[in-house]
Amino acid sequence: MDAKRREFMVHVAQGTAVAATGAMLWLYMLRQEARAHPFALRPPGALPEQDFNAACIKCGKCVNACPYDTLELAAAGGDLPIGTPFFIPRDVPCYLCPDIPCMTACPTGALSPELKDINDARMGLAVIDLENCLSWRGLRCEICHRECPLKGKAITLETHPRPISKHAMFYPIVHSDACTGCGICEKACPTDEAAIRVLPHKMVQGRIGEHYRLGWTFDTEITQDFRPAQPAAPSAPPAAAPKRAPGMDYLNEGGL
Amino acid sequence: MNAGEELRQEALASIEKIRRRTFAQRLWSWRYILLRRICQFGILLMFFGTAHWGWQVAKDVPLLTGNLSAAKFIGLIPLADPFAVLQIVLTGHVLQTEVLLGAAIVFTFYLLAGGRVYCAWVCPVNLVTDLAAWLRMRLDIRPIFHINRSVRYLMLAAALVLSALTGVAAFEWVSPIGMMHREIIFGLGLGFIALLAIFLFDLLILKNGWCGHLCPLGAFWSVVGRHTAQLRVRFDASTCTHCGECARVCPEPQVLNLKRIEAAGFVYSGECSNCGRCSPLCPEGSLAFDWRPLIRAHNARSGKAGSRVN
Repeated sequence: MDAKRREFMVHVAQGTAVAATGAMLWLYMLRQEARAHPFALRPPGALPEQDFNAACIKCGKCVNACPYDTLELAAAGGDLPIGTPFFIPRDVPCYLCPDIPCMTACPTGALSPELKDINDARMGLAVIDLENCLSWRGLRCEICHRECPLKGKAITLETHPRPISKHAMFYPIVHSDACTGCGICEKACPTDEAAIRVLPHKMVQGRIGEHYRLGWTFDTEITQDFRPAQPAAPSAPPAAAPKRAPGMDYLNEGGL
Repeated sequence: MNAGEELRQEALASIEKIRRRTFAQRLWSWRYILLRRICQFGILLMFFGTAHWGWQVAKDVPLLTGNLSAAKFIGLIPLADPFAVLQIVLTGHVLQTEVLLGAAIVFTFYLLAGGRVYCAWVCPVNLVTDLAAWLRMRLDIRPIFHINRSVRYLMLAAALVLSALTGVAAFEWVSPIGMMHREIIFGLGLGFIALLAIFLFDLLILKNGWCGHLCPLGAFWSVVGRHTAQLRVRFDASTCTHCGECARVCPEPQVLNLKRIEAAGFVYSGECSNCGRCSPLCPEGSLAFDWRPLIRAHNARSGKAGSRVN
């Protein structure tokens, strides 16, 4: 009886060991694969990377639906999470179809149907290498600005006088509130390596702390009772403190 | 001659019948295998043609978009892999109706046809593993070790548990099946290395190693078709001579336990993939595809006829 019991216990231990080893290997492979690649540009409407990885069923219907062959499915062994759609703007950018066929084709909602207007897509953000941008170097280029589907909003041209010539410099500036990350600018950029390129927001965008008060912006209300460390107790009576900082009234009221 | 010897002679006579088939008879006995290849390649071709040559049934109505994970037929009928959908649901993601409907359609189909019909008639990896099994038989390669065929159910459970734990569909992210059909339809990657590994494993290490022992998708479909499959191989015990040739060609020989299937009247196991190897080979016609509701009546009739002869 005891020998039988021992044998049984050994069997259980062996089975557990095999199962645990297998599961660890499997988990490791999953981690390797699903590790969100920092440079992956997803089709319009894609959920945040982690949700996207969970929801995407890897069917490639978005790839089928794209009329410009922009999208590709990541192959096994590549850098991107296996089987998920992505695009490389320098090869083929997203041409922002107004009917968003890729999103419409998505059966799972990994490309969220909440995206109603293609101009609200935020696939990435264009950033300019100021040292190698022809315009910033002083030449007249502005190709990215002219090609931008949202020119005047996503990319604007600013003029800047320069000392050695009477011709002004015209340099492009990207605005994150309008840039869709379509990458048409990156495709169009005439430099050998694109001087403007689209990157995922989290790779390029900073975030200032909430405690910074930009007193000169129109919609920032400056109050004395700003306490970032301690949120106001819900039961506290409304503060009777003055709404504006003393000494600032003359600016807000336009008098001087 | 005693009864045992008589039975032995009967069985040997059956084997002799198989050996003496003419070439035409041999070809005819491969009919299901040929049909399966047409079906497997046809499905891949429809996906490929739609993706690369813009095949459509009408203007702007593509024939078959997507792949075996999720697809849309003639722009109307959604299709989806219920196992993939189940994994995604377990990650906690709320799915859209389209993919749920597609999974329900596919699920219902296999519920009635027999779950593992997918394995033999649709799955592209079957092309690789069948080739390995055929070569293995040709080269007469002995197994290195055996593993329990129920390991696949452990793999199935692990896929579901890991999906819930990691938040990504655990099998879909490592599936050689997914790699194969994606890479055929959407372009090559390194997935063929995984397939090569499966091929070598099946050829040199374990017979029917992947499909018959490990694949969690096959395990899923085994469970699905178990009690509801309507298309099954009926077994007519009154004509069987127990020659065993069916079990020799069967990739899942445990489903051909003659005592048990005699009691049921048909190959009832969910692990039978309706691959159509045994039935055309059977020299006595004891095994044949039939609709489940008709099987009992058929066997009762033939049992009576058989006893009259004896």
